[in-house]
Amino acid sequence: MAQREVLSPIPGTFYRRPDPDSDPFVSEGQTVGATDTVCLIEVMKNFHSVPAGVDGTFVEFLVEDEDVVGPGQPVAVVDDGS
Amino acid sequence: MNRLLIANRGEIALRIIRAARDLGIETVAVHSEADAGAAHVRLADVAVPIGPSPVGKSYLRSDTIVQAAVDAGADAVHPGYGFLSERASFARACEEAGLTFVGPDADTIDTMGDKVAARVAAAKAGVPTVPGSDAAIADTDEAAAVATELGYPVMLKAAGGGGGRGIRVVGDERELRRDFPMASGEAGKAFGDPRMYVERFVRRARHVEVQVLGDGDNVVHLFERECSLQRRRQKVVEEALSPGISDDTRAAMTTAAADLARSVGYRSAGTVEFLVDNDTGEFFFIEMNTRIQVEHPVTEWLCGVDLVAEQLRIAAGERLRIAQDDIAPRGAAIEFRVTAEDPANNFFPSPGPIERLQLPAGPWVRVDTWLEAGGEVTPFYDALLAKVVVWGADRAEAVARSRRVLDELVVEGIVTVLPMLTAILAEEWFSSADFHTGTLEQWLETNPLAGGERA
Repeated sequence: MAQREVLSPIPGTFYRRPDPDSDPFVSEGQTVGATDTVCLIEVMKNFHSVPAGVDGTFVEFLVEDEDVVGPGQPVAVVDDGS
Repeated sequence: MNRLLIANRGEIALRIIRAARDLGIETVAVHSEADAGAAHVRLADVAVPIGPSPVGKSYLRSDTIVQAAVDAGADAVHPGYGFLSERASFARACEEAGLTFVGPDADTIDTMGDKVAARVAAAKAGVPTVPGSDAAIADTDEAAAVATELGYPVMLKAAGGGGGRGIRVVGDERELRRDFPMASGEAGKAFGDPRMYVERFVRRARHVEVQVLGDGDNVVHLFERECSLQRRRQKVVEEALSPGISDDTRAAMTTAAADLARSVGYRSAGTVEFLVDNDTGEFFFIEMNTRIQVEHPVTEWLCGVDLVAEQLRIAAGERLRIAQDDIAPRGAAIEFRVTAEDPANNFFPSPGPIERLQLPAGPWVRVDTWLEAGGEVTPFYDALLAKVVVWGADRAEAVARSRRVLDELVVEGIVTVLPMLTAILAEEWFSSADFHTGTLEQWLETNPLAGGERA
């Protein structure tokens, strides 16, 4: 059971959901594919999707909605089942 | 008006502080955490922190900003552009707190901010509008019927959208039936209004806008700006006068803009946007912007009028000081928007530290910027770093001078669009003004730019 951290590739503002009225991209315990979007990082009014990176089970977010994140900062955890 | 709070940041906050100081008005800056050391904070007489760095927690907090104004003893608020500048609710909140909002009254913002209501106002004032549906539509069959009558291609525009968002073009009924429900659903989510406006799409269009000033009774126009060079509907280079319209079109368009502003009792600076059919010279009203615009300096240089100072005087209750006959366009002015985006990497934003900065100067150059060597471009705000504005006795002189001026500009530490701006200046279609709203994107597709310089 290896837990992998999802890292923000860029500095910016973290969002769990595609827009304020929608559900989060993923919820705890959900199965995710490597290319599935788990969150958005807003940088200078551009929204950058961050994929899960590995196939597995989504464990948790590590930061709150609208938190400021830095490049390389862990923002979520996915369990790849290995 | 004794003390003005500026509800904005970046170059426009500096611009407004300077106009206020020229008039002897004290200034109050507001700032997020990321902007604590910003130039606008230092230039203002007083600075008030309004929250964390993301805009939703600072510059978009109407309640916090109104309270900051009251607490700081301000008697007026200038919203700048973007952020809260065209929210009628913010204008109302200011008025209810006893503060003068520097802009038109809330009802005018409401009317002109609603595409349908604005179009009705334009038609009433005798201003030509783009042939399209009389009302906003949420039903696909109704949209298809209107489109068939207008003839394809047609454009679908979100009634609640703005700034180029929520717009798509469909080429035939099949595309309309495929895209309309999606576009309407997106508009409902993004703007809280699923209604769409269906209108004729002009294939080779210019975007030309007329600057107006009104005091509630009298209105003057300050001629037009040519804003056709856009990427993803964001303006890149603007100029005044427009080199792409005839004197007859200019006379009719500027008169129409002033007529519209007069008909709604417009009070403040405003911009009436028109779409010009490049093939026929016909022009149509698109929308009115009830704020000071990013590209206002080209008009200031063309006409010798400080638009922000005039906004402040009008808000303070003064009558217009200028008559239409006093306003004469002189020479040509061009603005280049220098943004922190990488033209070689799909214009990806490029935040980072400013390691070295050399700004252009000399005759007939104006640079509106918040940049400083040792400063930092943070990821939280829009990518505009500087507006480089150049004047010439005629357009050819302005274009030639622009080459000198952009060569002087050096920004090291981050990637900017400067290589693209320089490349545009070398193009024959730019020097001969042979362009329309699709030109820049088509050119970018066929002329991939070399990588930006990250020093």
